[in-house]
Amino acid sequence: MKFRQSVKMAISAVFSNKMRSFLTMLGIIIGVLSVTLLISIVQSGTGTITDAMSTLGGDQVTVSITEGEKRLLYFELDELKANEAVNIIAPYMSGKGVAKAGGKSKDVTVYGVTKEYDAINNLTLTGGRFLSELDREYRLNVCVLGAEVAEELFGRESALDRTVRIQGKDFRVIGVLEEEDEYAMNSTNRRVFIPLTTAQRIFKQTGITNFILTADNKAALRTAQTAVADFLDNKFSEDSDYTIINMAEILDIMGTVMNTLSLMLGGIAGISLLVGGIGIMNIMLVSVTERTREIGIRKAIGAQRSDITIQFMIESIFISLMGGVIGMLLSIVTLKVLNHFVTEVTFVISPSVAMLALSFSIAVGLIFGIYPASKAAKLSPINALRYE
Amino acid sequence: MIELQNIYKIYQVGEEEVRALDGVTLTVQDHEFVAIEGSSGSGKSTLMNIVGCLDIADEGDYYIDGQNVMDLSEHSLAVMRNKKIGFIFQQFNLLPKLTAYENVELPLIYQGLPGRERKIRVEESLMKVGLENRMFHRPNQLSGGQQQRVAVARALATHPSLILADEPTGNLDSKSTRDIMDLIHELHRQGNTIMLITHDTAIAREAERQVQLMDGKIVSDTARISASAKTEAADSEGSR
Ligand SMILES: Nc1ncnc2c1ncn2[C@@H]1O[C@H](COP(=O)(O)OP(=O)(O)OP(=O)(O)O)[C@@H](O)[C@H]1O
Ligand SMILES: [Mg+2]
Repeated sequence: MKFRQSVKMAISAVFSNKMRSFLTMLGIIIGVLSVTLLISIVQSGTGTITDAMSTLGGDQVTVSITEGEKRLLYFELDELKANEAVNIIAPYMSGKGVAKAGGKSKDVTVYGVTKEYDAINNLTLTGGRFLSELDREYRLNVCVLGAEVAEELFGRESALDRTVRIQGKDFRVIGVLEEEDEYAMNSTNRRVFIPLTTAQRIFKQTGITNFILTADNKAALRTAQTAVADFLDNKFSEDSDYTIINMAEILDIMGTVMNTLSLMLGGIAGISLLVGGIGIMNIMLVSVTERTREIGIRKAIGAQRSDITIQFMIESIFISLMGGVIGMLLSIVTLKVLNHFVTEVTFVISPSVAMLALSFSIAVGLIFGIYPASKAAKLSPINALRYE
Repeated sequence: MIELQNIYKIYQVGEEEVRALDGVTLTVQDHEFVAIEGSSGSGKSTLMNIVGCLDIADEGDYYIDGQNVMDLSEHSLAVMRNKKIGFIFQQFNLLPKLTAYENVELPLIYQGLPGRERKIRVEESLMKVGLENRMFHRPNQLSGGQQQRVAVARALATHPSLILADEPTGNLDSKSTRDIMDLIHELHRQGNTIMLITHDTAIAREAERQVQLMDGKIVSDTARISASAKTEAADSEGSR
């Protein structure tokens, strides 16, 4: 009850000096604005990038043989496939090429793959079928087009059963892929898929240099990864002949890096919050001096030390909390505006960041209010009353 | 009852020692109306601040209703000021941002009184000083006399037993002075102990007892026993 009166008095004190209260708040407003804005942008950005990267497959490893001379043969993969931990192995190769049809041409990435590639990536087709085992075995000149390739070469017409010329050879289109998010890292839009064996022939490559390997779970993936490494170590003399990339590990590392980054940025922005707090303390001290007589009167009519302390503490907390709320609203608005201009990433304030910023601003008001409030409370009634 | 025994208050200003109170011994009975007189700087305000628990004596003993004030904690002193003492100052000492109502309510808030009871007391007090139609005016919207009446209302809202008035009419014209003095007499009639500081001998004579201070010492203490100080004052006025 007494507390409610104190809150009322503190709020009316804050509002009775609007300009000063606002300027005092400004430090907190800017602090909270920059903390929430920076952390939200980094977090939203990280979220988008990790989402994009996990479409590359969070549960797979990519193996590349980097030493130019060294190769695996197709049947050698069977030895790996026999491993319990391994789920699917999809060998592939890729090269830059040009696809032409009906006088039009388009720069594409040609992927030589097997049916396992589809099994891993779960591709969706708008028409036709994906490459089959037979296509691989007989090195057929058939292809599956990415959405953008089909669109540019054939427009609205169906591309199925039409002929596309790739690297000087004619291919029959057996399937067209659905359009994918352009910004996804593994987008198939500008790719053409042909049988691995056919690709080896047109790019004049023998043996297998790249394959993707999946497992049922993270533990199995780790086992499989070790098995592949052992296998390749046996086969080749040197470690440097191959690389194994585990997407999950990369994602983990990236997550850590981004977390550190957002902590650092948040910390730097937090300094401005601290400066805001010092501003509050400064103004509260001025206010205590200005209101010495008021404090004397209050004490003369029976205010306890605690009454005065609470009154000034509530004032400083109210100022900083209000600054925090305003800063938060401003950063929500800023992110909304930002979302209008940047379509690739959706920026949002996570509830934990909001809570953090608000409790931080309350803490700032509390910490920087204590000294002025206790200074006010300690004034002796007679000296305060006599103060001019 | 208040009892001061050998009270000293000494200020050191540079090299100089100012004996604001120099061994004051004074007893004021319940329901008494005492006027404190003395020239400027004689220690009247210093005495009143000590009596009102706003200040603490350097030496001596001070009892309020048998309780030694020198032993009280800061907390108990605040309670004492709040419950037993009502102050009226020469400079009114109202909070400028609060309305008359809120000013009068403040000591009741510090007392922890619930809202409904506060409302009754505030309205009753403002009624007594005749300001029921000025409740929501701020001090700067009131005349000096009205401001002092708000201060009187604030002093009596907590139903204190002791009213301390330090030159309450020092800043007022004769009409307002009369209003305030009438109020003080009314409070006295209702059983309050009154200690009134004044420069004005005519006003001092309205009290039952006059205490004269000089250089921090009591130089005269004339008590008159009468049923009504006011009529007596009027009598003595007439007889002169
Ligand atoms: N805080 C202080 N520091 C130093 N000296 C003080 C202080 N307070 C009062 N004094 C001195 O004590 C003496 C008594 O002061 P006090 O205010 O009690 O006088 P007074 O009788 O109320 O005078 P007036 O009628 O002018 O109000 C004065 O000489 C004054 O200078
Ligand atoms: Mg004085």
